[in-house]
Amino acid sequence: MKLITAIIQPQKLDEVREELIKSEIYRITVSRCTGRGQAETIDLYRGQEVAPDLQPKVRLDIACNDEWVDVAVQAILRAARHGEGEVGDGKIFITPLEECIRIRTDERGGKAI
Amino acid sequence: MSRTLWAISFILVFCTLAFPQPVQASDGVTIDTGTTAWMLTSTALVLLMVPGLAMFYGGLVRTKNVLGTMMHSFAAMAIIGVLWVVCGYAMCFGKSFGWMGWDWQYFFLNGIDHGEGARYSIEVNGHAMVIPTLVFAMFQGKFAIITPALIAGAFAERVRFRGYCIFIALWSLLVYNPLAHWVWGGGFLTGKAIDFAGGTVIHISAGMAGLVTALYLGSRRGYPQTAMHPNNLVMTLMGAGLLWVGWFGFNAGSSVASGFQTAQALTVTQTAAAAGALTWILIEGIHLRKATSLGLVSGILAGLVAITPAAGDVQPYGAVILGAVAACCCYCAIQVKNKLSYDDSLDVFGIHGIAGIVGAIGLSFLLRDVPEHGVASQLWYQVQGVVVSIVYAAIVTLVLVVIVEKLFRFRMEQANEMAGMDHSLHGEHGYGLLNLN
Repeated sequence: MKLITAIIQPQKLDEVREELIKSEIYRITVSRCTGRGQAETIDLYRGQEVAPDLQPKVRLDIACNDEWVDVAVQAILRAARHGEGEVGDGKIFITPLEECIRIRTDERGGKAI
Repeated sequence: MSRTLWAISFILVFCTLAFPQPVQASDGVTIDTGTTAWMLTSTALVLLMVPGLAMFYGGLVRTKNVLGTMMHSFAAMAIIGVLWVVCGYAMCFGKSFGWMGWDWQYFFLNGIDHGEGARYSIEVNGHAMVIPTLVFAMFQGKFAIITPALIAGAFAERVRFRGYCIFIALWSLLVYNPLAHWVWGGGFLTGKAIDFAGGTVIHISAGMAGLVTALYLGSRRGYPQTAMHPNNLVMTLMGAGLLWVGWFGFNAGSSVASGFQTAQALTVTQTAAAAGALTWILIEGIHLRKATSLGLVSGILAGLVAITPAAGDVQPYGAVILGAVAACCCYCAIQVKNKLSYDDSLDVFGIHGIAGIVGAIGLSFLLRDVPEHGVASQLWYQVQGVVVSIVYAAIVTLVLVVIVEKLFRFRMEQANEMAGMDHSLHGEHGYGLLNLN
């Protein structure tokens, strides 16, 4: 079992979600976060251009069985990329998932994902 | 000694303030300060409705579009605020040339700033008195401001700012000004169709314009499958409160008096809003088993829009009926919209259009004073007013939308629409507190 953590641009959330659903991955946790990578965006404030140090991003957490990891990653890569790829598209981290428990039934392991 | 002086001063001041004195203008025509004070207040109340509308609509769109949506209302204040003074008042209330009015005296409001033109005649208890024409002109100007801001709800979340500004400037000149001229300014519907505060001129025309524009520009990307939830219903409710209170200026101020008709208009405005809200939550309670806050405020709006053409001409029982019927019709209209899946994003036609039609037609049966020509004739005049508004607004708006789309591009590019109006169009973020620094 793996936990896929993807940090993407907020405007790509709809497309990524649609692409994951097309690949039959429905269960997901989405949160709004702030972060900093290589990218810089410009905001305007009273005649000045400002580059905020931390920018809004969206974080996806998907727990899945090993067979599904590639499917999920490919779906995210297809949808979260701007065109051929732009600075700021985001990152995906894959971490091993030690245990997964369904609260309702106390099932554990791959069945509970 | 000083206490006596204080007492005398107090009594003198009290006498001056407690009994409003008509002001003698230099050639002997008296200004009714009571009416002037009320009209000044109404003007401010109606302007307050525009930020109220900004909050109402702003809270209903997705977070990434909150500023862009509020900008639509604020930009209307800026653009129409200038246009009205330059030529809007002249086009609406100038001498009639059929389609438009015009009077060079009203250009930049020059002729009504002082002198003969600055006096607007009203009748107070059988006496001829005046209020400053500027007050009347600015009061009317607030109506011109809010109408295009209403339309913006129909194409929320998907238009460019520059295209929007050009669109509302043209719309105000070519749709609102002629309609206002026909109904209030001496054009062919003046004196026939009853439209006390702008049910046809404002709400039906905005509703139709919204519908036409929403259909032409197409749905938001992902509509109706993607969830598009309100980002701040708290702000929407506050906006609705401001709209309700501001509407007292809208309706009661349209009496251009401070007397019995004003009081009647205020009473029915309150009653219709409350009846609309009550009806809507009852319907939701039965249909959905939960009354929603958005439903309650939608009911408020439906009631207020319905009473707008009728505010000076129906009694409280009529207001209850109009408010309740409008809420029912609007609720059904929204269900129909959901079935047909067109994207009138904030239900501009569903609420303003439909309730305006309900009010304009329904008032024929609820008049306090049935006119000499009878209810049937009045109904015919009402239908004329409604049909003229619908047809004219729809056709001219369609022409304008096509022009703006082709020449200046109205609809946003898809990438910008997905990123959100706030950042793409304005380089800002609505809620900085969502960012952790």
